[in-house]
Amino acid sequence: MKNILTIAGRQFRSYFNGPVAYIVICIVMLTLGFFFWKTFFLFGRASAREMFRWLSLILVFALPALTMGLLAEEKRTGTIELLITMPVTEAQVIVGKFLGVFGLYAVLLALTLPYPMSIATLGDLDWGPVWGGYLGLILQGSAILAIGLMASSWTNNQLIALFVALTLSVFFWVLDKFLPLLPTNAASALEWMSFDYHFQSMARGVLDLRDVVFFFSVTLVALAAAFRALESRRWS
Amino acid sequence: MSDVMIEARGLTKHYGPVTALKNATFEVNRGEVVGFLGPNGAGKTTTMKILTCFIAPSEGTARVGGADIFEDPIAVRKAIGYLPESTPLYTEMLVLEYLEFAGKMRGLSGNDLRARIRKVVDETSLGDVIGKAIGELSKGFRQRVGLAQALIHEPPVLILDEPMSGLDPNQASEIRELIREIGRERTIILSTHNLSEVQVTCGRVLIISEGQLVADDTPEELAARAGRPRFIATLRRNGHSAAEIRSAFANIGNAQSVTEHEGIGANEVIIEIVPKSTQDLRADIFQAAVAGKLVLLGLEQRGENLEDVFRELTTRDTGAAS
Repeated sequence: MKNILTIAGRQFRSYFNGPVAYIVICIVMLTLGFFFWKTFFLFGRASAREMFRWLSLILVFALPALTMGLLAEEKRTGTIELLITMPVTEAQVIVGKFLGVFGLYAVLLALTLPYPMSIATLGDLDWGPVWGGYLGLILQGSAILAIGLMASSWTNNQLIALFVALTLSVFFWVLDKFLPLLPTNAASALEWMSFDYHFQSMARGVLDLRDVVFFFSVTLVALAAAFRALESRRWS
Repeated sequence: MSDVMIEARGLTKHYGPVTALKNATFEVNRGEVVGFLGPNGAGKTTTMKILTCFIAPSEGTARVGGADIFEDPIAVRKAIGYLPESTPLYTEMLVLEYLEFAGKMRGLSGNDLRARIRKVVDETSLGDVIGKAIGELSKGFRQRVGLAQALIHEPPVLILDEPMSGLDPNQASEIRELIREIGRERTIILSTHNLSEVQVTCGRVLIISEGQLVADDTPEELAARAGRPRFIATLRRNGHSAAEIRSAFANIGNAQSVTEHEGIGANEVIIEIVPKSTQDLRADIFQAAVAGKLVLLGLEQRGENLEDVFRELTTRDTGAAS
């Protein structure tokens, strides 16, 4: 357990030693600000709904940039060898890496708190959907970060990891956008696999266990795949 | 616990169709400094990666500090301080940060951690660069950081992959000195393709070629295997005939054979003298040259180092095949 936290702490701090964290945080905050304020006053409602809509979409694109280097860069530079030959298991490395990037994500989410807070000063804000929205972002974000970590475990090239993670996270987000074109059975299956479907349901302030289980499952499957990829090096 | 710190039994590693290591069996005792010697791609790094549980052997197994690499890899890793080839470190971290990280990963904390860091920083003379980013350091200092992280938990076994490659001669000799120092209390395996390094640092040499162990001996014994030393004298011809020159050296008591080669210039001749035993004939050769009124331009002794054994052992297979 201590090893997991040591790895997570190192990972978290390393983001701030390089440019990645700052760039991603800046881009997310600027894009969010631009899209949100562009339409906020048109609606004339004290609601954070639009903010979550935009933020969840922006994160689908931004989070893979945080995960691309997690393992790919360690494999390219060889530091993975020193890390793995310390007294840790592969599972601890994966969980530590995940928690490290999740910590940065938590900081990023915390930086968006001024949005609902300032909306609340403008009118009577319903905080239920706000907490639901944050929970949804945390869960959807976990799934995307885990997918990114998995992609990063498959290659030692950060750009390939980025591309694979982007493709997968956009794919899962966009799934429920084509539903009207599909037969009903396929449509409901696709809808159920879509990130946005589950996220929107949480952002309405409805806490449905099925949404939580869905994101948890995706996160676990992706982390397990990353573990397998990291472990397979022993037998190759 | 027995005195055998590393015990490799029939280690074999296939990478697809390529066999990187064939049935390597050896033991290393407590307190030994063992040089792992071989050309590039011979299987040194593969063996080290197996011992540190980074990769698993296709066949065979090994025990380090009494723990099996399959049954208890964590115990194996705890017993080992490892410096991989080309010293991969997190370049964006400060030296101190990195050592703290390595210490924590080894289960150290608080005062213990601080004391150990102070100790390894002292041992590896990192005091002046402790606040610098690793990426800013010279290769020699980076190597020392690598050694420092390998030493931080005072492991009984150190595995160092090419610890001196890429260093300039001054840096290399500093690191060599450091390894010798450390080796007084620990078991060390270090790999290298530099022969003189092994002679200076190691008490025992394992030579590996094409994935197979071909020798396991002390540097002295291996050097003795290289056969007798030879003496090479360069002389000015000055109109003397070959026969004259040869006869001048023929009566050196202990010379077994005297052969003659063309020198670099037309006026130079090179004489190779092989003694009957491992005797130093340099004084006799000088006397003989003076007596024969020959001008001695150069005199050297060859074949006393490991190079010949090494070349012989590591090229034997290809030689036989052709």
